[in-house]
Amino acid sequence: MRITTTVNGTEREVDDVWAGESLLYVLRERLGLPGAKNACEQGECGSCTVYLDGEPVCACLVAAGQANGRQVTTVEGLAEGERLHPVQEAFLETGAVQCGFCTPGLVVAAHDLLQRVSRPSDLEIREALAGNLCRCTGYEKILDAVRLAADRQAQG
Amino acid sequence: MSTDAGTRSTTTTPGRVGYGRVGDSARRPDGTLKVTGEFAYASDLWHDEMVWGVTLRSPHPHARIRRIDITEALTVPGVTAVLTADDVPGDNAFGLEHADQPVLASEFVRYEGEPVALVAADHPETARRAAKRVRVDYEVLPAVTDARRAMDPGAPAVHRPGNLVRHLRLRRGGEAPTAPVVVSLDFEVGMQDQAFLGPESGLAVPAEDGGIDLYVATQWLHVDQRQICLALGMPPEKVRLTLAGVGGAFGGREDLSVHVHACLLALRTGKPVKMSYGREESFFGHVHRHPATMTYEFGAQRDGSLLYAKARLLFDGGAYASSTAAVVGNGGTLGLGPYRIPSVAVDAYGVFTNNPPCGAMRGFGCVQAAFAHEALMDELADAVGVDRVAIRQLNGMREGDLNITGQVIDSAAPVGELLQIVSELPLPPERGAHPDLRSLPGAVNNTTHGEGVVRGIGYAVTYKNVGFSEGFDDYSTARVRLEMTGGEAVATVHTAGAEVGQGLITVEQQICRTELGVERVVVHPKDTTVGSAGSTSASRQTYVTGGAVKAACEAVRAAVLDRAAGVLRRSAAELRLDGEKIAGPSGELLAGLADVLGDDAVEETVEWRHRPTHAIDPETGQGEAHVQFAFSAHRAVVDVDVELGLVKVVALDTAQDVGTAINPDAVVGQIHGGSAQGMGLALMEEIIVTDGHVRNPSFTDYLIPTILDMPPMQVTVVEYADPHAPYGVRGVGEPPTISSGPAVAAAVRAAVGKPLRRVPIRPEHITGT
Repeated sequence: MRITTTVNGTEREVDDVWAGESLLYVLRERLGLPGAKNACEQGECGSCTVYLDGEPVCACLVAAGQANGRQVTTVEGLAEGERLHPVQEAFLETGAVQCGFCTPGLVVAAHDLLQRVSRPSDLEIREALAGNLCRCTGYEKILDAVRLAADRQAQG
Repeated sequence: MSTDAGTRSTTTTPGRVGYGRVGDSARRPDGTLKVTGEFAYASDLWHDEMVWGVTLRSPHPHARIRRIDITEALTVPGVTAVLTADDVPGDNAFGLEHADQPVLASEFVRYEGEPVALVAADHPETARRAAKRVRVDYEVLPAVTDARRAMDPGAPAVHRPGNLVRHLRLRRGGEAPTAPVVVSLDFEVGMQDQAFLGPESGLAVPAEDGGIDLYVATQWLHVDQRQICLALGMPPEKVRLTLAGVGGAFGGREDLSVHVHACLLALRTGKPVKMSYGREESFFGHVHRHPATMTYEFGAQRDGSLLYAKARLLFDGGAYASSTAAVVGNGGTLGLGPYRIPSVAVDAYGVFTNNPPCGAMRGFGCVQAAFAHEALMDELADAVGVDRVAIRQLNGMREGDLNITGQVIDSAAPVGELLQIVSELPLPPERGAHPDLRSLPGAVNNTTHGEGVVRGIGYAVTYKNVGFSEGFDDYSTARVRLEMTGGEAVATVHTAGAEVGQGLITVEQQICRTELGVERVVVHPKDTTVGSAGSTSASRQTYVTGGAVKAACEAVRAAVLDRAAGVLRRSAAELRLDGEKIAGPSGELLAGLADVLGDDAVEETVEWRHRPTHAIDPETGQGEAHVQFAFSAHRAVVDVDVELGLVKVVALDTAQDVGTAINPDAVVGQIHGGSAQGMGLALMEEIIVTDGHVRNPSFTDYLIPTILDMPPMQVTVVEYADPHAPYGVRGVGEPPTISSGPAVAAAVRAAVGKPLRRVPIRPEHITGT
């Protein structure tokens, strides 16, 4: 089937999509956007988190056809050219990245949290990011990153 | 003999940020690519004309293969190849220590999930569907699935001649004396999974010379290459490996996964072949941490001083040897913990079963033993009426002591100090009258508002060898080039040391900047065109590959100064290289690097070894088996809902001696992550295997800690430089995984008041229901 979807602001047309393919597969294998990651492909790890019409979703749980005619924003769409989004910058600055496989999903989830809540408490951060597994960091520096990004955001 | 010459720094805040030299918290060179989603992990690779490979695996823990019929699978449109054991051109056997594992099963399958056939097709789903149409006729055989029965007469033999992989016998200090106080216990540890997030993946590209180029996520390119060459029947120059982006490892990538399979399919189809496991397959596609059953006994004076220790450890190795023998080596030689014990008798066994193969995971044999010796140390403390921290300090190793293999601990052994630090760290506040649900056991499930919740505190201290042991030739190779590029001095560092997320590439850059004084350091892709770096295992890369890079930089510096001496007509001994300057004895500028090098590059390759280790005596287990020891202590605070058996870890604090922190932030990151994995094993992580079948191969049913499960951590980094190691470094990655779990388990025992002799501790163990 053919799918037309707007990805990171650009309309994309994809042909020959098999009905069983996920949005994650189409992004990664057909649109050259491997930023959303394939860590579990069953909605448990959050590594494939993308925005679908502004809502964060696990792209692995979205059938490709469901994205037809809708807006998708992936981690590749957060930076403005060479300029990283403050959440991305905060992840780098605090050492929240090790192997980095969870990072794209966490960056999108943290980006979403800070759009909704400007100064989240630690418990709010933990609750918001509880669907994103990380195996390397023990999450301490991820908390640091979100706090730092929130501080910067609050300071404008 | 060394001295405790180092300085102690207490770092709970981000470390020094400087110019990216040794001691600075330099940023990762791959960081920007990772936060933007552009970093190329193995599962992201893509090639024109690429096809997808999948693996058909055995559904049985033990069976004879009578016949395999691939006819129907080959007829599926889009399928380009179906391969079985008959298609393996070289040795159909691989393995890290013993080549006992078939590339594709031929006569027998010995565990559920063993690879039997391969399919390549133009779409991964086509390949998966075709694999289901490969008809395998199995004769199911009796399986041995209980390690305690594996050596019984009459137990099914997993391999000939029998099911014993290794028995390590260790005796020291003569017969155990009569002791006024004797405590003992049995302990059991479940099977843990590395659960790295990036699934096993690789891309094999057939080359014009008839060879193959493999891009793969791994921990040791050269040991992979050796095994792939044997299986393909090809020389090393035809089998070229490049490290693809690695999404975590933790031991689970030491053994081969997609490697040979992707190469076989690529050579057969003549097309690039990508293989990438899903999460379920990943649980079958790599080895796990050995489950262990252990029996321990301590005899002590009435004041708690240890007189003797006896231990019997049994590791379930599963169906193939992998690194079981080395795990037994660690469990046996280090399995009594960092304590001074006059008389010791240890028997450690690794056995074959028809369970999933077990091998390397962070902590490697020490993790299992630590749960037992730390639980027993608490038992001893209670028996003699001594505080649980004090009993460990009383018996803790000190520098200059002999460990249980008779080896001198010849650098810092701050057991007592680490315990002191964690015991003095601030405790979390007591629960208030109206606690936030999210901070309670059960959290937003709203199972308690504080009623029935009991707090407990637990301590543990452990140690781990760094690097490969027992006489292994443990070396690394580094190539460093210095040249002027665009008017700027640029160093290029080339090693095959696998970057798996821990930050080796950052450390390589920091060392080059420090030794050569340059700012710009290019990290060459990791591949097999340079010599082996050894494995990214055993907390060894900063030490060993770091040592190699340092040595290569020193060789480059010497070569540059030799050239400068010729140009300047001075003795090289009185010259210094500082970035783009050649300076004289009092720092005066004598020449620019550009004047000395011109358009030339100076390049040196060095193979570097740490001090040798030695095999242990087969009768007594005595010998200088290890090159370095790393110590850590944890204090855990838990709240337990004793009615429902739910646990909330409230605090997990630690102190660790890292020798010298090359990158303080990265060191703390390792300690955080390692602590989380140990906590996971204590409370939630277990691959459930019944009758040889894995029951929970998913992140739905195999739970790893989330950000809600993890407590805040206070980390104290202690730096007692090891005078025998480059820059004084001490391995960092594994110790936190060893001491955190036993501290958590101890805290739960303290809250619940039950022995809890098995991890992970499940709710029903706590409630007794």
